[in-house]
Amino acid sequence: MGYTIAEKILINHSNLKSISPGQFIDCNIDLIMVHEQLGGRIHKEYEKLEIDYVWDPNKIFFILDHWVPAPTISAAQMHQDCRKFAEKYKFIHNFGYQLDKGICHQVLPEMGFSRPGMLIVGSDSHTTTYGAFNCLATGIGATDVSVVFATGKLWFRVPESFQIIMSGKFNKGVMSKDFILTLIGNISTKGAIYKSLEFHGQGAKNLSIDGRMTISNMVVEAGAKFGIFQPDNKLETWLVNRTKEPYKLVTPDNDANYENTLEYNLSEITPVVAKPSNPGNIAGIEEVEGIEIDQAFLGSCTNGRMEDLRIAAKILKGNNIDPNTRLIIIPASKEIYMEALREGLMEIFLSAGAVVGNCTCGPCIGGHLGVLGSEEVCISSTNRNFKGRMGDPTSEVYLASPAVVAASALKGRIADPREVL
Amino acid sequence: MIEKIDGFAYILGDDINTDDIVPSHTLTMRDVDEMAKCTLEFIDPTFAKNSAQGNIIIAGDNFGTGSSREEAVYVFKVLGIKAIIAKSFARIYFRNLINLGIPGIIVSWNESIFSKGDNLEISLNEGVITNKTKGVKIEFEKLPNFLTKILEEGGILNQLKKTLKG
Ligand code: SF4
Repeated sequence: MGYTIAEKILINHSNLKSISPGQFIDCNIDLIMVHEQLGGRIHKEYEKLEIDYVWDPNKIFFILDHWVPAPTISAAQMHQDCRKFAEKYKFIHNFGYQLDKGICHQVLPEMGFSRPGMLIVGSDSHTTTYGAFNCLATGIGATDVSVVFATGKLWFRVPESFQIIMSGKFNKGVMSKDFILTLIGNISTKGAIYKSLEFHGQGAKNLSIDGRMTISNMVVEAGAKFGIFQPDNKLETWLVNRTKEPYKLVTPDNDANYENTLEYNLSEITPVVAKPSNPGNIAGIEEVEGIEIDQAFLGSCTNGRMEDLRIAAKILKGNNIDPNTRLIIIPASKEIYMEALREGLMEIFLSAGAVVGNCTCGPCIGGHLGVLGSEEVCISSTNRNFKGRMGDPTSEVYLASPAVVAASALKGRIADPREVL
Repeated sequence: MIEKIDGFAYILGDDINTDDIVPSHTLTMRDVDEMAKCTLEFIDPTFAKNSAQGNIIIAGDNFGTGSSREEAVYVFKVLGIKAIIAKSFARIYFRNLINLGIPGIIVSWNESIFSKGDNLEISLNEGVITNKTKGVKIEFEKLPNFLTKILEEGGILNQLKKTLKG
């Protein structure tokens, strides 16, 4: 019997010859990503083990991104705790001082740390993002992080896999975000709990790397453990400039066993939003068009990349945003920020009336740089619209693509990007 | 072997997420007792104060969806929550529960089986919940042995500490 991509990578990281879904196995971890959680619960838990080493200081990627630079005293203290730990255990990839870098899920791939065939875990649920690079990646909590720090191993339940066969291309004004929101709406926020989602077909190949990252990022909103793409030329071209390390592309066997197969023609996807306060609460743009907004946010690990900034710039160029709306734009990394500068996108944003922030999670988690007040409404390119996620518990967040966010900022109300492109 | 767990039901709905359990604004707090006071504050501001009267949580589908923040389990530990029963759990949340030594039990239920304040007794070894108030017994699929062992040790780090020393 053949194997899915997830099964192949899990076998390669265990000492087993065969595995099957539902089985519990121990795997060796190639890389672990940690951020502010290190100063949250991880350092306290790890001290309980009373050991003065980590299994491999070269396999830990540490960055600060959520509250950067620290907006409050408590965040500053948390950062201090993180840095102390990273120094004590001699982390080699320690970006605890380099606050200019950006959001973990963008920076780690840019630096070539996520490569095909790897098994990566991280102290963040959106670690699934790295699946865009044909590796297995998922989020874990502080105690599991401590286990990996100490042993380099973690138990996994071998997931059942879903095959999502994509064909076609998006029409104008439609983006990967619309696809993943549509998928979550269809299968529900519990529809893929513990499953591995594999994206196949010519439609997946047609997507940019940026777009694939958006999809892998949000599979966790359907409960999935992994969201993984097949390798192709686009991926290999992307990797050429990022890493010199060897890697092995992983494709599924022809007779791999999928619990479920879903088919999507991307040309049939239309702009959608997730209404408050659940990412599975999906509505077509027609249904929500005209709802007044106080804030539009373009950024985060879901949608703060060049593809996202470019489409927003296209919509905003030569225009002013609605005078009663604020638009906040945060590129996901410094690399993106600088590329956007060189392309002239920043000038377009600033001229249109946007506030451009430094590369951080910021408003996505209601941390800083655009926290919502009571009963305010925000259209956001992020991944979660839970109650109180971006500020006051009475505020409301609609999740949407960067194109919808930019079009809405222009109009001061939720708007269809196809009408302004 | 874990002794029987005795407690009182507290009922929650579907899709209770990690931001509901510990709102993001509490995450930079260093004092967990302070953080625990905010548990479920947007859903039930009295929850933290009254947790002794509802120390077994009964929830709907997809409990703990969202972030990997383990604080969302730890605050329950601080508040003395003994077990969480749900129709289904989000993946990371379920791991975090077991890792910190709180049993997570998957049961499909309705109001005729559990309601607020019911006195429950859970036997993990037998895979049975007895609702003493309603006089009904509900069976559930027992956890795999290696997870039960983690619970018996009071969490995975206690277990690991022993292995590292041994
Ligand atoms: S941008 Fe938002 S979702 Fe992404 S890592 Fe930061 S807080 Fe989490």
